[in-house]
Amino acid sequence: MMKATESFVPTAEKGRVVTIAERESAILPAEKIRSVDLRASFGATEVLKGITLPILERQVTAIIGPSGCGKSTFVRCLNRMHETAHRATVAGRVLLDGRDIYRAGIDPVAIRRRVGMVFQKPNPFPTMSIAENVLAGLSLTGERIPHRMELVEKALRQAALWDEVKDILPRSGASLSGGQQQRLCIARALALDPEVLLMDEPCSALDPIATARIEELIHELGDHVTIVIVTHNMQQAGRVADHTAFLYMGELVEYGPTDRVFTRPAEQRTEDYITGRFG
Amino acid sequence: MTTRPHTDREYEGELLRLREQIILMGAEVEGMIADSIRSLLERDSTLARTVMDRDARVDQIEVQNDALCLSLLARRQPVASDLRFITTVLRIVRDLERAGDQAVNIAERVIELNEEPPLKAYVDIPRMAEGVQAMLRDALDALVNGDDVGAKNLINRDDEIDALYDRVNRVLLTYMMENPQNIFRATRLQSIAHNLERISDHATNVAEMVVFYVKGTDIRHGGVG
Repeated sequence: MMKATESFVPTAEKGRVVTIAERESAILPAEKIRSVDLRASFGATEVLKGITLPILERQVTAIIGPSGCGKSTFVRCLNRMHETAHRATVAGRVLLDGRDIYRAGIDPVAIRRRVGMVFQKPNPFPTMSIAENVLAGLSLTGERIPHRMELVEKALRQAALWDEVKDILPRSGASLSGGQQQRLCIARALALDPEVLLMDEPCSALDPIATARIEELIHELGDHVTIVIVTHNMQQAGRVADHTAFLYMGELVEYGPTDRVFTRPAEQRTEDYITGRFG
Repeated sequence: MTTRPHTDREYEGELLRLREQIILMGAEVEGMIADSIRSLLERDSTLARTVMDRDARVDQIEVQNDALCLSLLARRQPVASDLRFITTVLRIVRDLERAGDQAVNIAERVIELNEEPPLKAYVDIPRMAEGVQAMLRDALDALVNGDDVGAKNLINRDDEIDALYDRVNRVLLTYMMENPQNIFRATRLQSIAHNLERISDHATNVAEMVVFYVKGTDIRHGGVG
């Protein structure tokens, strides 16, 4: 298995070319998360077969791979969502800031607050207003929420949705378009001020314009939040991710800077998959 | 190199067509070089004119190639070896087109020379011509076979062509010093040798791009990237 950080390339400032010398002398961002020999199963079926992968802080990491390769399961292990499924089990470790989130005595809810998640299909609560939807995650924690409207505005601004919904906040979240609903779900996740945001195919139900908005948002959020995005769409991984990991049949085949993975993949299986020579 | 075909057969077919076009273009240019030198050796101005006419065909393939590459980039968004292949083709086509122009330059000089009595027996110029044709052919074979080692080896052969070019120039200089009446013909022959030397540079460029296509590393200019 490869060394995960051996060929790190920092994000280029907008419009500036990063020279190789700069790349080589660049300081590596800290690891926000590291999975260590992570194994996940549904009953007797092992879907992750020992994944060791770093997720670098305030970087966007894309997880690509064919259907059934375990990419969704992988991200669901990063915030202890996997174990909520029927007969699901996890082995190995997931270090968040160096501490195993699976060690005894850890509250999964607290982990999920630090590591938020956005799903494939936008799922705003239909009976709640737009503003209530933003605060839904916080309300569920049972905490008193001071400065509610400031918080709603902040999260909606972060999700690049504020200008479109500021005059219709009492309306139902379900009244928005698909792309807006997805950004509402992102705002709902951001309202909890997460350190990491997991996005499982966040654009697969959206049209190209709505997709472009989400991708732009990922770029903006990536400066403050660590993002892990699962995507079927290789071009999307190419556009948004600093680093890309290729999973195949529950194993990590390759991990590296996105531009390297998409121009000179080291592994034949990666090459075959991203160029469309599979199956 | 990957030999497995693409799942999308139409895409596979388009890449195959691009590959065929570049081979076709290479063969055409190679033929033009051969005929331009044959027209010199056989003092055949008619043959020289056919070389000039064939340039239009090469230009046409260049334009078609560019259009196909652009379309593939826009519609297929190629990555990895496919992306490297298409960018390589975009560059190789420039070199082939220029090599075709050099063959036309040679043909033009031949037509001028054929108006005059021969200056001398040609030894090194045909040798140069054979060398550059082989380089071009081998560079395109390396592209088709994904043979980066072959491409790399070929680059050194440029030095042999340069050495021959220096010798041709030296010899022609002595002819010019001997008798000013030789100057017209000697400078034409120098120009022919110069054009052959340039073709060898284009073949070298092609070989360097083949290494990029196969390995993903840019070895141009000593790999300064």
